[in-house]
Amino acid sequence: MSIDYENKISQTVKAVPPSAIRKFFDLASEMKNVISLSIGEPDFVTPWSIREVGIDSLIDGYTHYSPNSGYTDSKTAISGYIKRRYGTDYDPDGQILITVGGSEGIDLAARALIDPGDEVIIVEPCFVAYKAAVMFAHGVPVVVETTQENDFKLKAEDLEAAITDKTKFIIIGFPSNPTGAVMDMEDLKPIRDVLMRHPDIIVISDELYCELNYADDKPSSLIRFPELHDRVIMINGFSKSYAMTGFRIGYAVGPKELIAPMTKIHQYCIMSAPSTSQFAIIKAAAETGDSLIREMRDEYNHRRRVILKGLSDAGLECFVPYGAFYAFPSIRSTGLSSEEFCEKFLMNKGVAIVPGNAFGRCGEGHVRISYAASMENIKTAMERIGEFAEEVRKGIIK
Amino acid sequence: MIDNIELLRTIEKNARLSAAELATMLGASEAEVEAEIKRLKDEKIILGYTTEINWEKTYPEHVTAMIEVRITPVRNQGFDHISNILSQYDKVTACYLMSGGFDLMLIYEDDNLRDIASFVYEKVATLEGVLSTSTHFILKKYKANGIIFESSKNDDRQAIVL
Repeated sequence: MSIDYENKISQTVKAVPPSAIRKFFDLASEMKNVISLSIGEPDFVTPWSIREVGIDSLIDGYTHYSPNSGYTDSKTAISGYIKRRYGTDYDPDGQILITVGGSEGIDLAARALIDPGDEVIIVEPCFVAYKAAVMFAHGVPVVVETTQENDFKLKAEDLEAAITDKTKFIIIGFPSNPTGAVMDMEDLKPIRDVLMRHPDIIVISDELYCELNYADDKPSSLIRFPELHDRVIMINGFSKSYAMTGFRIGYAVGPKELIAPMTKIHQYCIMSAPSTSQFAIIKAAAETGDSLIREMRDEYNHRRRVILKGLSDAGLECFVPYGAFYAFPSIRSTGLSSEEFCEKFLMNKGVAIVPGNAFGRCGEGHVRISYAASMENIKTAMERIGEFAEEVRKGIIK
Repeated sequence: MIDNIELLRTIEKNARLSAAELATMLGASEAEVEAEIKRLKDEKIILGYTTEINWEKTYPEHVTAMIEVRITPVRNQGFDHISNILSQYDKVTACYLMSGGFDLMLIYEDDNLRDIASFVYEKVATLEGVLSTSTHFILKKYKANGIIFESSKNDDRQAIVL
């Protein structure tokens, strides 16, 4: 008798669908010479000055666990960074938790806050981990959709309409993966007003892409409203802004009362984030790190403009994204669904991009194009998307 | 309005971008880019465009030397007089006034060591005002003008992590 594994797996885990992006990419991995504009991580190598500090810490023998919430120097550097960039104060002692990437912070927040049946508002299209984190924690995701007509920004009335007496918290992520949308301080004011009418609702604000903002040098965020300071948990990190994905370092900041239960889970599950990486981020978070970000951001901005021009030349409508490193054009004019478009584009032109519906139902009719890729590949891909769109419209590709 | 520092940094890394490509990247019009490049050339801010070549791979006879020169400054002209003379030689590809233990640094490129040696002792050392020289040969170029010559780093990112 063999074990009936299917029966052994938790119903909660089984209920979470596999990542739709991954499903699609099993296809691409079998093809040769594919140009990938599908990757959600920077193509830059971590700046040397940051890597060097990590290496030095190894040479000096710092190879042990750090305190659970992180080294004081690392948390102090993060506190200084937030003060400098957001103008907001967080006490390194109790209000900052260093995590293994931003994703751990999202998971910790979900597990620390959710009781079975609690509702969590998720703003789609969004990073695929939000819904999964809520479901793993036995919560009920409630989706609020955003659309191209509103530049994929969250509308206050849509948020208000989704709130019930079971709403525990809301997760918002701007600048957005996958749309590239940014909500500036003016856009956030009506959201703050809704939250002021519902003083019990907590906010998880995922700001991993905060430094990749091409419209404004200062990150816009709900943490900049002092009246929300007692209930916003900001999830942030170094992966996207500093090209440090492999270091696996993020952080959560917020009121002590909320950071403490997250730290409790972190302590039991992870103990502490990687020590080498914690040393490296001291360098990144320092003021001298700001110019490293700026250099990469300028380069992304050049590529962003080339992508937008390419899409416009291809006759594909795209709202102007001012953040992250994604464009999210509409492909409705081709008559294809998102998945058909991506599959045929991959098969016929050898370019991999991600169907928009992988990020929520309202992403249907769109595709996510990442410009964390070389300019050469971006230019080639834009030529090919132009050919492809034309061939589809003429019926050459069916 | 075009940011000329951003423009210069961009073409410093890649001189072959067309005005149309630059216009898209910088969010300007092609005419603006062309006018700005013309202005920068007229004002001798953009001086020329060169190609970085790994000679070792195709023409190993190519030799680069760095020649340190100590000189006595000439009245009213300081170091300019001798620097101007030395800069006239085609094979002197760079000439810098330096702080520290010597005065001029010459970068000299040629096809054989003997020619470089004769340049140093016939042309440089004999110039009035030159006190001494010290010649260093480049054995291998690992990086020049921001380009690493033999980088084996490929894109090692996972196609998909989530």
